[in-house]
Amino acid sequence: MSSYDLSSILIVLLPIVSFVTLSVFGKRIKPSISGVLGTMSLAITLVLALYVAYGYFFDFGMQAGAHVKHIALQFQWLKFNENLSIDLGIVLDPISVMMLVVITAVSTMVHLYSINYMHGEERFTMYYAYLSLFTFSMLGLVVAVNIFQMYIFWELVGVSSFLLIGYYYTKPSAIAAAKKAFIVTRFADLGFLIGILMLSYGAKTLDFFTLIERLTQPNSVYLASFAGSSFLGLSALSWALLLVFTGGAGKSAMFPLHIWLPDAMEGPTPVSALIHAATMVVAGVFLVGRLFPIFAISAPDALHIVGYIGGFTALFAAIIACTQTDIKRVLAYSTISQIAFMMFALGVSGWGEESEGFTASMFHLFTHAFFKALLFLGAGAVIHAVHSNEMEDMGGLRKALPITHITFLLACLAIAGVPPFAGFFSKEAILSAAFHGNSLIFYVGLFTSCLTAFYMFRLYFRIFWYNPVKEDHHNHEGHTWPMNIALIILAFGAVFAGLIPFGHFVSADGKPIELPFHLTFSIAPVLLGIAGILLAYVMYGEKNEMPDKLTASISGLYRAAYRKFYIDEVYLFVTKKVLFNLVGRPAAWFDRNVVDGMINGYASITTMSSESIKPMQSGRLQSYTMFFLGGVLLVAALLVIKFM
Amino acid sequence: MEQVPLTHVLILSSTLFFLGIYGFFSRRNLITMLMSIELILNSININFVAFNKYLYPHQLEGVFFTLFIITVAAAEVSLSIAIIINLFRRFNTIDIEDTNTLKF
Amino acid sequence: MSASTIIFYILAALTLTFGALTVFSRKIFRAAVFLLLSLICIAGIYILMEMDFVAALQIVIYVGGIVVLIIFSIFLTQKAGERLPSRLPKRLLWAILLPVAGLAFSSWVIFNHPFAQTGTAPIEPTVHNIGLQLLNYDQYGYVLPFEAVSILLLASLVGSIIIAMKKKQQ
Repeated sequence: MSSYDLSSILIVLLPIVSFVTLSVFGKRIKPSISGVLGTMSLAITLVLALYVAYGYFFDFGMQAGAHVKHIALQFQWLKFNENLSIDLGIVLDPISVMMLVVITAVSTMVHLYSINYMHGEERFTMYYAYLSLFTFSMLGLVVAVNIFQMYIFWELVGVSSFLLIGYYYTKPSAIAAAKKAFIVTRFADLGFLIGILMLSYGAKTLDFFTLIERLTQPNSVYLASFAGSSFLGLSALSWALLLVFTGGAGKSAMFPLHIWLPDAMEGPTPVSALIHAATMVVAGVFLVGRLFPIFAISAPDALHIVGYIGGFTALFAAIIACTQTDIKRVLAYSTISQIAFMMFALGVSGWGEESEGFTASMFHLFTHAFFKALLFLGAGAVIHAVHSNEMEDMGGLRKALPITHITFLLACLAIAGVPPFAGFFSKEAILSAAFHGNSLIFYVGLFTSCLTAFYMFRLYFRIFWYNPVKEDHHNHEGHTWPMNIALIILAFGAVFAGLIPFGHFVSADGKPIELPFHLTFSIAPVLLGIAGILLAYVMYGEKNEMPDKLTASISGLYRAAYRKFYIDEVYLFVTKKVLFNLVGRPAAWFDRNVVDGMINGYASITTMSSESIKPMQSGRLQSYTMFFLGGVLLVAALLVIKFM
Repeated sequence: MEQVPLTHVLILSSTLFFLGIYGFFSRRNLITMLMSIELILNSININFVAFNKYLYPHQLEGVFFTLFIITVAAAEVSLSIAIIINLFRRFNTIDIEDTNTLKF
Repeated sequence: MSASTIIFYILAALTLTFGALTVFSRKIFRAAVFLLLSLICIAGIYILMEMDFVAALQIVIYVGGIVVLIIFSIFLTQKAGERLPSRLPKRLLWAILLPVAGLAFSSWVIFNHPFAQTGTAPIEPTVHNIGLQLLNYDQYGYVLPFEAVSILLLASLVGSIIIAMKKKQQ
């Protein structure tokens, strides 16, 4: 076992060790120590992840001109029959190594940041324990060798997300949000599970790589029988992949399963940065990326559906983001929109020569993790300072929070796609892939990136400019150096992550590709982005009448977007009015009257019969002896008749 | 010596037995019930002695059983009276109708 | 009909009469006395059957011990001369019916069963013979039941003392 393999095992094990330690000895460890402990273990994990990434990309990963998968660890856990078994293990390939770096980096920053942010919370140690649990689950998810291993960790991620959203469990809205997130994603995971079962039935294996191999070889018997049967115009394989995608859409908050993500902002802000911006929500993208060869080669129609859903969600979420006033919700919708970018990048991608969309998607995943985590952490710093989520309470904070201001600006520039920041490169790659793949999605993406620039700078100006600077605002950042360090490190990522020649490392088939970069192509998106920024400046740079006038002139659309296009209401209508009345109530009636009635019937029959024979136990000695004598006489009579 | 037929002795004993049974059923006083039990035991003793005398004169088993029954009856009566006295102390009555708390 | 037969029938009639009076008497002290008389008559029947030892035991233990004990307990728990409460009519039906049925049944069995005498050489049931066999530990010896019964007697002695003892006031 090489040192790389050992490191990769340690990467996965360290967080769970930290979780167990913190949760078992939580009561005895001082909060300050537990924070440092969690952060230290994650920092070690980050170093190991970087070491493994270095080793994989520059040492042992490249074979015959392509990055190949490397199984660092694999053992059989549960065996069903000769072919079908659930294995646990660690696989290193371009996307999993890339995810290892992203997760450990963002998680370390969030751990560091939380030392300050969560200072003085009652269940500080448990918070760190949950964070470690989440990190463990997420790492286990990305290194899964087996689709079922992925599913197990997928659910673990859901559980830790539930725990962290509901961290402030005395707040009813937090409880409701945690339940909503759990139920919606769980509902989506049902699709994932059915998809897994269909895939394993079709390919007779649960192993990722055997699965991919059996379902992509042109002369494979599995593929022929699987793709041969069709339902409603789509092949069984497409249906299986779409069901798997449903699980991914639930975790990644694709329309119409996005409703949980904005509410999940009830959790502590660092949690939102880690789980609901940088790592967990991209699990869906990662899932599609993991099965990408099957999507691209064997079921392109399923991939197109993924692309359309991604495109629609991107636009839809961006429009809502323009109207929200809670800064975390703006960021939440922005996250949905950005993940949808990744999703449609996958959707427009092809295989082989045309697979730049895959690389672009992963690239955007990589850069987005940094700048979106930075945005959330910055927003957390703002909330920490003003104790409110609402834009109304902010404005003119640039003097009070100088480091937050600068890093937030850098992150906004990155997400708006202004060169040479990280988001520019990845977004250009996505738009270029869309331009070659599907023109409708391309134009939607173009418009959405303009909207992105607008709403991000709306947020920026509303927080840091808009109102005049208050003179009595003292500097809030002096004593919060862990927060500032985390912000600065992430800002470096947000600025420079785009300069990595990503195509050399990550591609669909492992062969390095060159991401196309044409200056002429970039002009339109960049100009649109800058236009969005300028518009935001004109409207929100200083307090003026324009936003109100504009909202008044398109009040119908504005109100619809403000109310998130009534999706929540539709869900409520469907679940409460339709499902409850048509399914729930009859089922409840059946349960109460028929099922319970039977049980109660048995019980009352028993009671009645016992009531009727109870007087036999009268406590009267003479009755007992009478029965006894009667019985003896009867038995004696029977014996006499029988034998005399 | 002309002997009384065995059946007559048995009729005597079984009549005495069922008299005892009747007393046991109909009495409400614990001591009178105890007396009925004594009658029952005695009727059985008569039976044993009669069988020994009439049917198995070469053995003494009937005598022994009578003997043991008498002994056990003595033990039983002493215990019963102890219980009755205890009951009387606690409930201030020895009426069977009032001492029926051992029930459902 | 010899004298002993006549005496038997007289004793049997007396036994049944006194037994019935024991059962039917409404005065508890009288019931006890009738029981005593009935037991004496049974002892007479034993003498008629030439079981002198058993008759002696009957007098000593029953008449001298048990009935005296019963009378003592009557004195302890009952006001003398008080009439016993009347029987419950509901119970009375079964209390009559069951013994009558039982009597009818057993009489039927007694009259229909052919009792056959076995054995030829009768043993005299003298105290000598009884004592020898009772304390014999060879085959057909009764020494083990004898010991068991003596332990039983000891246990009941201790037990009745403990049960009847006055509990300390708590």
